[in-house]
Amino acid sequence: MSEAYLKAIELHKDFGHVQALRGVSVAAYEGEVLAIVGDNGAGKSTLIKILSGVLRPDQGKIKVGDQEYTGLTTRGAIEAGVSTVYQDLALGNTMDVTSNLFLGNEHSRFGFLKKKAMNKKAEELLRNLDIRIPDVTIPVGNLSGGQRQGVAVARLVNRGGKVFIFDEPTAAMGLNETNAVLKLIRRLASDGYVVIVISHNMPQVFDISDRICIMRQGRVIGEMKTCETTMDEVVSMITGAKEKQGQAGA
Amino acid sequence: MIFLITILVVLIMVLSIASPFFLSWKNCRNILNQSAIYLVLSVGMTFVICMGEIDLSVGAIIGFSGMIMGMLCVAGVPSLAAALLGLAVSALIGVVNGALVAYGKISSFIVTLASMTVLRGVILVWTNSKPIYGFSDIFTFLGSGKIGPINVPIVLSLLIAVIGAVILHKTVLGNYCLFCGTSALALNRSGVDVKKLKIVIYAICGLCAGIAGMIVTARLNSAEPLAGQGYEMDAIAAAVLGGTSMQGGKGNVAGTVVACLILNILKNGLVLLSVSSHYQEVLTGVILVIAVLISESNRRKRSEV
Repeated sequence: MSEAYLKAIELHKDFGHVQALRGVSVAAYEGEVLAIVGDNGAGKSTLIKILSGVLRPDQGKIKVGDQEYTGLTTRGAIEAGVSTVYQDLALGNTMDVTSNLFLGNEHSRFGFLKKKAMNKKAEELLRNLDIRIPDVTIPVGNLSGGQRQGVAVARLVNRGGKVFIFDEPTAAMGLNETNAVLKLIRRLASDGYVVIVISHNMPQVFDISDRICIMRQGRVIGEMKTCETTMDEVVSMITGAKEKQGQAGA
Repeated sequence: MIFLITILVVLIMVLSIASPFFLSWKNCRNILNQSAIYLVLSVGMTFVICMGEIDLSVGAIIGFSGMIMGMLCVAGVPSLAAALLGLAVSALIGVVNGALVAYGKISSFIVTLASMTVLRGVILVWTNSKPIYGFSDIFTFLGSGKIGPINVPIVLSLLIAVIGAVILHKTVLGNYCLFCGTSALALNRSGVDVKKLKIVIYAICGLCAGIAGMIVTARLNSAEPLAGQGYEMDAIAAAVLGGTSMQGGKGNVAGTVVACLILNILKNGLVLLSVSSHYQEVLTGVILVIAVLISESNRRKRSEV
């Protein structure tokens, strides 16, 4: 496997009395889905917030491509190509698909929107990602959960994202929608993007990921190929019943 | 929108049957002339409501901008310069409103309620509750002059409606304004400066109120201390009747224009039919509630509480 595209190196983060991260190192590769699992309070959210620039680490570094950062801002993360798909998706429900797709990156001349060109580009973008939305001029609020996730992802792809972080992508979704989202995640990886998924849903993690990274109490306690482990093993590591040797943070 | 146009057409048909004067050119022009102030005000209000905020200070800005223009005119400042300065002050009041909402993070209802009372108070103090009057012909032309057969306020108001529609529906700024109403968070995460946006939109609303103030003052040839009092409610009514959602994120200028016409035609028709103008206020309220009940019926079915 080639050099990791995204690397978190020895990240530490304290919130006063809570040590959320105690030296976390994670590597994510192009064309691969990395699942990060762990119980509540394991530090997954903190790690994601650091990678997406919402929080600054107390110690440690983040490497994206050839660049090294001691901390990112939300803007800086976007510019570095690290895109986070939040649970709330950050969509405007009353606005049409095209407006949502190009938000912050509108095609315009002298401040006037080029709506036709944008609609056409939107259709093309969605088609390339295999996201089925029949009409890009309808409000996003009328779409299904899976389609909405698709719009959020397409927006990040259009913005030049290289790394996609999904935080509980299928929470509160129906069966069909979940399948559509999982397909999209696989699709992104096969297109050569770096994909990181945070999930509590073990069958799903085993279904889509190439590697699993297990966090517990602010540390990475295991990192393995999905095909070389079992659900029981991962669950016992999450709960602390078993710690795998040879691979740990700090 | 179809619903609004239907109301408008039915209203026009009923009134033209009830009164032979209703469809005369003179009366039509009169209606448009009367609507001009409300139209300008409501276009600005549409922007603010689309953004998910409210501006209660527009009525007071009418009075304030009129006073500024009146004082400058009387002091010998050239009419056009006085008008432009008055408009600049109005936009500046909008900037202050917007800054308090964006940076102070105070609810826009509170901010503009406060600026409304402050402005009205300042007007009464500075003018000693007396009107300022006696302006040059150039200034009064803005309110009672004619371009060909059409009154200047009609031209001004239609121009502003068109510009407003273009900005709201065709530009990046308008798109952000609507987006801010539906999800300010999404806008912020996309790297758009939401705070600056709020200031710009409030400035637009303030400017519109200033233009309305200019028309009122020039038409009466007098800056009345109480000019514009209560007009904010008419502007909100017109915007909401026109399909702008108080939740923000949804609205259109064309709807506001039609709603404005409906409310003013109603007023005019009742006068022609010698019905007391008090009934017009009753009817306005009733129409507003019925129209929103009908247009929001889908949302009502979906919402739990």
